[in-house]
Amino acid sequence: MRSSRRRRRVREPWAGPLGSYTPGPSPVHRIPPGPKLLGLAVVSVVLTIVQGPWVAVGTVVLSGVLLRVATVPARAAARALAPVAVAAALLGLYQWWARGWEVGVTTAASLVALVALATVLTASTRTDVLLDTLVRSTGPLRRVGIQPQTVALTIALMLRTIPSLVTMSGEVRDAARARGLGRDPRALLVPFALRAVARAHTTGDALAARGILEEDPSAQVGDAARR
Amino acid sequence: MIELDGAGVVVGPRDHEVTVLEPTTLTLTERRVAVIGANGSGKSTLARLVNGLTLPTTGYVRVHGLDSHDDGPAVRRTVGFVFSDADAQLVMPTPLEDVALSLRRLGLRGRARDERSREILARFGLDHLADVSVHALSGGQKQLLALAGVLATEPQVLVCDEPTTRLDLRWRTHVTALLAGLEQQVLVVTHDLDAAQDADRVLVVDGGRVVADGDPREAVRAYRELMARPVDGG
Repeated sequence: MRSSRRRRRVREPWAGPLGSYTPGPSPVHRIPPGPKLLGLAVVSVVLTIVQGPWVAVGTVVLSGVLLRVATVPARAAARALAPVAVAAALLGLYQWWARGWEVGVTTAASLVALVALATVLTASTRTDVLLDTLVRSTGPLRRVGIQPQTVALTIALMLRTIPSLVTMSGEVRDAARARGLGRDPRALLVPFALRAVARAHTTGDALAARGILEEDPSAQVGDAARR
Repeated sequence: MIELDGAGVVVGPRDHEVTVLEPTTLTLTERRVAVIGANGSGKSTLARLVNGLTLPTTGYVRVHGLDSHDDGPAVRRTVGFVFSDADAQLVMPTPLEDVALSLRRLGLRGRARDERSREILARFGLDHLADVSVHALSGGQKQLLALAGVLATEPQVLVCDEPTTRLDLRWRTHVTALLAGLEQQVLVVTHDLDAAQDADRVLVVDGGRVVADGDPREAVRAYRELMARPVDGG
């Protein structure tokens, strides 16, 4: 006898919009990471200074075109950006209510556009290549005692850790549901915080065990800085 | 060669000190050493001493003559360390980048680093996953990648803290066979008594002390007798 229930495919957990490199020969892939990072920085500044709904919406359209040119699969991009879009829409609605429709649209569209452009950057640039560029570009920070290698590794770790934290939050939620505590914020937040801190400790141990950033840092993360 | 010379570990404030590992003196020259013991017995602390992740509060630890206190970076270059939670050990978003991160220590750059990373991934049967998100790998694949990342720098000694605990039987067999085939001296902390019996020497740790040491069969038998005692509070 056939079951009347439709089978549902189990989907991979949401992994966030950033850090998912998609190899490819697209024109966006061929642009060196430096100009791409600079472009993202310029767009961020422009959106902050030249405030207006049409500029922001235009940037959203531009980011959509770039995602397409970078051959990021549409379904994957939509799924990755959907939660950001929802958050931006909520924020935009609040701004609309508080300060008018123009501010609301500008806020929501700017947020979506910047995250989408950052997605284009990480989808078309390998993280270790990005690290080398970040180390080069943050070199002057050495003068104020900040190691560029540490900054670059921190960003790499952030890109790597977001999907893991999303998975962890799902596990914590399931555990709370299994105990009938699915609606109790303490049963969600406390174990999540404890597990996140424990994971940070383990990752720190792993970095130390691998000797990363230990000796001559310039020979490790971002060795391009010495070229 | 791994030498523990009165090496012990005490943690906590002076008035509430807890001895995690009693002063221990050992010389490990065997190629395959297994450390077994109950949870919280001090076996992981013993393993961490070898890599310098934990420094002894008494005594010394030396690996190939390098003191873990005075020559920490050199000790970590000599001793690779694999954790049970491979997910936390993988730092970069893709396998290729994670192995490449290890190779930066060797001063390899650009295309040469990429090619070497791909060779290492191929050696571990992971080359088809080079550009896949680490997040999408199975537990066994993650553990294999963690091993590849550590062995990429060709350490002389490998320490593994329960490397197969989170793996299914197929992956456990695969990783155990892989460890058995390595040229390096390997010290494995494990709950897998079958794997421990295949070692050249087995240490049994209980209550922060090495209570049995030597022939694998006798040591495992001693451990089984120890574990047959009732659990406190059980």
